[in-house]
This record gives sequence, structure tokens and C-alpha cells, in this order.
Amino acid sequence: MNIQETYSTLGLSDFEYDRILELLGRAPNYLELSLFSVMWSEHCGYKNSRPLLRRLPNSGPNVLQGPGENAGVVEVGDGWALAFKVESHNHPSAVEPYEGAATGVGGIIRDILAMGARPIALLDSLRFGPLKEGRNRYLFQEVVRGIGGYGNAVGVPTVGGEVEFAPAYSGNPLVNAMCVGLIRTEDLVRSRATGEGNLVVLLGSKTGRDGIHGATFASDELTEESESKRSNVQVGDPFAGKMLIECCLKLLDEGLLVSLQDLGAAGITSSASEMAAKGGVGIEIEDDRVPLRESGMEPYEVVISESQERMLAVVEPGKAQRVLDLTARYGLVGAIIGRVAGHGELRVKSGGEIVGSVPAEHLADAPVYERDVVRPSYIDEVQDLDLANIPEPGDYNEALLRMLAHPNLCSRRSIFEQYDHQVGADTVVLPGADAAVMRITGTNLGYAITTDGQGRHCYLDPRGGGAATVVEAYRNLSCVGAKPVAITNCLNFGSPEKLEGYYQLAECIEGMAEACEALGTPVVSGNVSLYNETEAGAVYPTPVVGMVGVLEDVRHHATPAFKREGDMVVVIGNRSGVSLAGSEYLEIIHGRVAGKPPEPDLAAEKKTADLVRNMIRSGLVDTAHDVSGGGELVALAEMALAGGLGIEYEEDKLERMIAGRADVALFGEEPGGFVVAVSLERWDELQDALAEVPGYDQIGTVGGDRFKIGDLVDVSLQDLKGAYERDLFGAPGGAEISH
Amino acid sequence: MKIGVTIFPGSNCDRDALYAIERMGAEPVELWHADADLKGSDAVIVPGGFSYGDYLRPGAIARFANVMAPLEDFARSGGPILGVCNGFQVLAEAHLLPGALLRNTGMRFVCRRVRVRVETTETPWTSSCEPGEDLTLPVAHNEGNYFADPATLDQLEAEDRVVLRYLENPNGSANDIAGICNEGRNVVGIMPHPERVSDPVLGSEEGMRLLRSVLAGARV
Repeated sequence: MNIQETYSTLGLSDFEYDRILELLGRAPNYLELSLFSVMWSEHCGYKNSRPLLRRLPNSGPNVLQGPGENAGVVEVGDGWALAFKVESHNHPSAVEPYEGAATGVGGIIRDILAMGARPIALLDSLRFGPLKEGRNRYLFQEVVRGIGGYGNAVGVPTVGGEVEFAPAYSGNPLVNAMCVGLIRTEDLVRSRATGEGNLVVLLGSKTGRDGIHGATFASDELTEESESKRSNVQVGDPFAGKMLIECCLKLLDEGLLVSLQDLGAAGITSSASEMAAKGGVGIEIEDDRVPLRESGMEPYEVVISESQERMLAVVEPGKAQRVLDLTARYGLVGAIIGRVAGHGELRVKSGGEIVGSVPAEHLADAPVYERDVVRPSYIDEVQDLDLANIPEPGDYNEALLRMLAHPNLCSRRSIFEQYDHQVGADTVVLPGADAAVMRITGTNLGYAITTDGQGRHCYLDPRGGGAATVVEAYRNLSCVGAKPVAITNCLNFGSPEKLEGYYQLAECIEGMAEACEALGTPVVSGNVSLYNETEAGAVYPTPVVGMVGVLEDVRHHATPAFKREGDMVVVIGNRSGVSLAGSEYLEIIHGRVAGKPPEPDLAAEKKTADLVRNMIRSGLVDTAHDVSGGGELVALAEMALAGGLGIEYEEDKLERMIAGRADVALFGEEPGGFVVAVSLERWDELQDALAEVPGYDQIGTVGGDRFKIGDLVDVSLQDLKGAYERDLFGAPGGAEISH
Repeated sequence: MKIGVTIFPGSNCDRDALYAIERMGAEPVELWHADADLKGSDAVIVPGGFSYGDYLRPGAIARFANVMAPLEDFARSGGPILGVCNGFQVLAEAHLLPGALLRNTGMRFVCRRVRVRVETTETPWTSSCEPGEDLTLPVAHNEGNYFADPATLDQLEAEDRVVLRYLENPNGSANDIAGICNEGRNVVGIMPHPERVSDPVLGSEEGMRLLRSVLAGARV
């Protein structure tokens, strides 16, 4: 292989190779080239996305740590802080779904742990192709098993998340895992290496050949060849992960660590060079001191291996023995593998000889590509929608049941029951609501978490979709009663080297930035996953938002379930703009993905959501739900199903609705809508509270065992449940998939 | 009253159990697997989790941990022991309880709240319950399908040693068994997690009905 073939195979361009020559003033050897290959991959170096990411706001009054560390951190009160981040594991999950998903969970847990926080909640945002294809069913089933397999055993509850199905994700599923950790503000640790002569300690599992060049793999398109890169996917060991959590927390508790960093993409290389670059120091790694689980590994393999369940710590020499003793107590391997040096280089030694040495700052400083943002022509085509071609359903009962039975809208019970969502005994609102609500033991404080993504909307209108994604998360937190504080995001896109992919990335970020600014929710951490393409094309542009909010008194929260017979049901929000453009209804009933969905009115959104939250916080409202996929009718059905109580819509309200088309009114979507329910005695109070909202309507009354909307819909709760509570792991036709 | 909680590598409900004990008004004591010492505990909870990663079989490795020898002595001397979930599996592997916990018949991990009936109040962990009382308790397990040979099942039923019975069987368990006790009635193993419903803010305190029972028999 000539040198050009070598660096091309490692994923480096001619330009990048020339830049390396220029920076080093000499030709790199293979190990050094490998270091650049992984550190300059999109996954580690953000070389395509960095200029665009600058647009996102990242500071705010509660932000203790913004982007740049292993996770973002916000203060929540009483000296407590939450560390959180979402990260993708799309490519590994496409070729080896169980381990891909499992190690995605393990990896994000270690990011949180690296901040010194105890990981206490997990969420997963998933996208697959339609379940009618066997491969997609396999990926879906194994990803869910992998998340449960790791999360359940490691003892961190999986409390929420979301899943959607669309043809654009066939062959390239999206598997994004989010973790939240709890920490005292004074106990935060950072990853900056300091103190010349301090020791570098590797903790956790032994190092093997798994995941060599995984980061490079993650930064390329998926092809037939990807299958042969299966060995690039790491294997997780949740038992070791659990011991690593307890061990690191103990080491921190005893004040034994100067800094801490998890080993993720690119292994020791990436962790050591980031720690060195942040501290403005050098790090020397002695490759033969790394505990190995197989023989004959080359030095470059040792330093870029992505073996799981490992952390790197900087330790003062006098404390190293205690660190090693405690590591052994937790059944883990600990080894002093290097030291902090003054020379600023990441230097790898093998048998006393230097086998590679590169300035850490160069590794951490990937080249940046800025491209022109050009509107692709597909957008005008897909936004074209003429309602005259969309017939109204003849039977609204049937339409509603079909909607509720669709994999994008049906119950997620068959998924979340495979996850331990209660371990830790802090889960206040179990999965199935708009957001998970957790308590902070020993205080009245609580926090809520949600993940949201709107791929179809972002495909039809990237900027509007980016904003709508943030707004949806804001609504979800507000209607459990939490005040949104900050977000983490995972940007899942196609190739930025293609005009369409770059435009979608740039515009989605712009939309998200506008929404984050308007809502006061900065982006404190995130991850970029580009090149989500197969030979059939790119995935929907799918920025996923993980938002965290605070409840001052966790007892005052709301859930969607109808709770009492006779409660007044009120729809809040100006519903004049509801539209079928880009709606679930248009796709499920009419098989169309088209139109320009209504854009969120950011100021009105904030006002309405804040008002709903205040009604929950004051104890006035305990039943709330936002109107999203499937429109008002699906939102009401979900509330009826969750509470096991029916609803009757008022006749006169129905007349208002069908002034236009009934399907638009019932199934149309528009950001900004909520449904709440209150008892008759508190109706006056509610009206007072609603005086300033853009609009509201008391539309019906909770009660009975039927779901009745004037003359249009009349279905028993039993039938609704039969459609909604379906097992997503059953094969089409109803037969169980054999396990 | 001192209530110990064993901590094996991979236990993950130990902190929840310790917290519940505190809420009961008892003194929680951590029992590290490597130490053959119950530290003067008046009762012991073997908590849930994935001890030793569930490698080999759930509970199969934990039964050889150092802490198990004094625990077995404690069981023989009539000390109250409660195994929850993985703790039940450990106690079965250690032959402190008969039978075994097999893979759920649905072949999936199951996490949900289920209704169970308290079948006997003659154990230290159910003595404060009403006979026949219904409780709603969370389960979360992959291997909760109780199995024993027909003779053992008959004996358990005849001797009133089925402690909890599922009203909605989530895992294919024989005779809908959710929990049993030993011949001496002092060692109880249950699959549901009472410690997860031990605080009103979590929506239910029904788990305390079981846990607080042990306080009634406290050797003061």
C-alpha cells in the first residue's frame, strides 16, 4: 500500500495529509497517522459542524459547564447539579445492533461519570425503517434488547425516550442514548490534565483489539462493506460498567483524582490528547504498561483500541497506590500507564523507545470545513401539498383506530417494559407520560427529562423543524410541571459533503438556535453524527433534543391521564393554524410526506407553556398533555387511555371545528397546543388563569367508557385500547417473532 | 433495629434498600460481600441487581461470596432474611429456599407494577399485612419464573409457605408464585421490589406494608 492509499483507508483526505506534514514538519509514521485519523474524524473533531455549532447559545444563569467537557452541567437548587449529554451510536447499531446499542448506553454513562456525577437516568431516542421489513424488525428488537441488557444490569433506570419509524431510516437506524447524572456543585471534576510528573492511570477493563478505528467507521457512509467492519464494533460488559461507576465515585469521594476522562471513540489516544490539550501539557503513554487481554497487539492498536468500560485518570504520585488498591477492591484492573509531561506532546513509548509523538494541540485541532449553504430543490417539491387531493375519511372511527395502532403513535409499553425504569427508586412519573419526572432524594426538588426529534418535519422544512424540535421538548417538560433549563442535542444527518446534507444541517441548527434563544434554554452538550447514509440515500435530518427541567416541588406535577369523572377538558392554544402539512395523519392514512408544516410562534409558545406550568405548580392542574403527533384527537385518546376514562365532546364545539374540514381540525397539527382537565369546582380559577393565553376552549367532559366526538366518532375505550396497546415486537399478521 | 443489606459486585438495589430501611426508622448496615460479618444485624435484606453480572446463572456466583457463610448461619438460627429479586435468586442458589427462578416464559425482561396477594402473614416480612391482602408492587426481572418439582410445590402449598402470589402472572411462574419462605418461615424470597414503593412521592407506599413487618418482631 502506498502512503496515499494508507491515509485514505484511514479516512484522511489529501488536504488533511498535507496539513499533517506541515504541522509536524516531517512525515508521520503509521501510529501517528492513526492518531490523526481518529482525532480528525468528524466524530472526534467536528470538522464539518464546528462553524455551524457556534450559532447555538450555550450560556445561561444555571449553566455550570457548557460544551467542551464530557457533559454539560446545570445547577438545579440546594447545591445540586445535573450533568447530562446525549450521544449517537448509529453506525455500530446498524451492523451489530445489540452491542451497538449496549455500548452506546455504556459510553454515555461514562461521559456523565467523568464529570464526577452518579448516573441516575437514561433515555433513548430511536429511529428505524418500517417494521414490515425483516431487517428493520431485527434491528429494532436487538437495539431494544441491547439497551435493556446494559441499562438494566448497570443499575441506571431507563425512564424515557422515543421511537419512530420511517423508510428513510431503513438500513441506517438512529440510536441516541442520553444519560443524566446527579452531583453536588462543589464536587464537579474536569478532564484537564495538570501537574508535570503526575501519573496517568488507566482503570477498568483490560484492553483488546475491539473497536479499532471505530471513530473513523462512524464518520463514513454505510455500505455493503460496512458489514465486514463488524469487528469495529465494541462489546459491552455492564457488570464492569457498574463496578467502574462505584469505583470512580469512591475514588472521587476520597479526593484521589486530579482529573478524569472516559475512554470512548479512539480510546487512549483521544482521552489522553484531550486531557493534555485542555491542560496545555504533554502526556507520555508507555504502551507496554497497558493491561491487555490478548497478545501480539501493535502499539497503535493498543492506543486506539475502543475496548469498553475504561477510564483515564490523572493522579498525584503519592495517591497512586490507594487508587490501585481501591480499583482492585472493585474487581477492576488499574495500571499506571504514563505521566504528565511538560513537552506538550502526546508521546507513545514502547519498550522504552518513542514510537510516536505528536503535539496534543494539533490532534485536538482538526481542520474546519466551511461550505456554502444552498437550498436544495427537493424542498419546493415536497412542500407542495393540495388538500383537494386528500379525501376526507369516510369513517372517523376507523381512521382514529388506524392512527392509534400505527407504530409511530401506538403505546410504547412493549418497549419500556423491557427496561428497568424504577431502579434507584427515584422515578416519580413512569414512562408513558410527556416527560419522565424524577425526585432528588432528601429534598423536595425534582427534575424532568425528555428527548424529542422531528425528522419528517426537519426534512420538509429544516429550519422550522429544528425550531419545532426544541419547542416540542419545551412543551413536554412544561406539561409535567417542570421549568426547562437547558438542552443537549444529537445532530443526526447525512453527508455534509453533499449540498442537501449541509443545507439541512445548517438550517436545522439555525432553527434550533432561534428557539433556544427565545425559550432561554442553552445547549450545554451535544454530539454530531453525520454520514448517516446508505446506498438508498440519507436519513431524515434528525436533530434530537434532550431537555432537562426543574420542579421546585416534585409533588406538584401533572400526567396526561384523565383522573376524575366530570372533569372539564380544555384545549389551550390558538388552534387556528392547524394543518395537515407534514402531519402523522397525512402519512398514516394517506401515505404522503408533504407540505410545509406550520412554524412555531416562539413567543406565543413560551407564554402558553409557561402558563400551563404555573397552573401545575400552583396545584390547580394535575392533568395535562401537549397536542403533537396525530393532533387533538390523538392527544385526547391518549389521555382517555392513560386514565381509563372516556370523554364526550360538546356538540357546539364540534360545529366550530367542522366549519372547515373535520380531519384538519381533529388530526391537524400545529405547535403550541395543550389539553388540560380540571374539576368543575376549579373551573372559575382555571378561566382566570387562562385570561392571557392566545385562546382556549372547554371542549368536553371526562366520563364513561366511550370516546365520543359528536356524531363523528364513537368508540369504546376497549376498542381504543385494542388498537393502541399493541406489541411492537409481534410480526406483521400478529404472530410473535421467535427469540 | 439494625437491618443489613448485602452488597455483591453488581448488586444495584442496595442503595434503594438502605434508603427504605432508613425510612422504616431502622438502622441500615452495609454488608460488603468480601467480609464474612453481618455486623450485628437483626435482620438482613439480600437486594436486587445483577450480582456478578448474572454470569453463569443469576445468583450462582454470589452464593460463594464470603458474606454468605454467616448469612447461612443466621438463617439457621432463625434470623429474618428477605431476598428481593436477585436476592431471591441468590437464596435459591444457596439452597436457603427451595426451587429455582427460570427465564420468563415471554423471553423478555419485564418491568411493570403487578398485583399480588399476601398468602400468609406468618413470616417476619408479612406479619403486619392482612391475610389475603392485595398489594400492587413493581417487578423488574428476566428470570422470575419460579420452578420447583411437583412434590415441592405441593409441600409449599400444604405448609402455607407461598408468601406472595401474582394476581397477574408476569413471568409464567408455577402456581403464580411471587414469593415463598423456608421451613422455618424466617427466610423469605420475593420477586417484587417493595423498596421501590416505599415513599408517597413515588406514588405508593405499599412496599412498606411488607418491610415494616420485620420491625414488629424486633429483638429489642
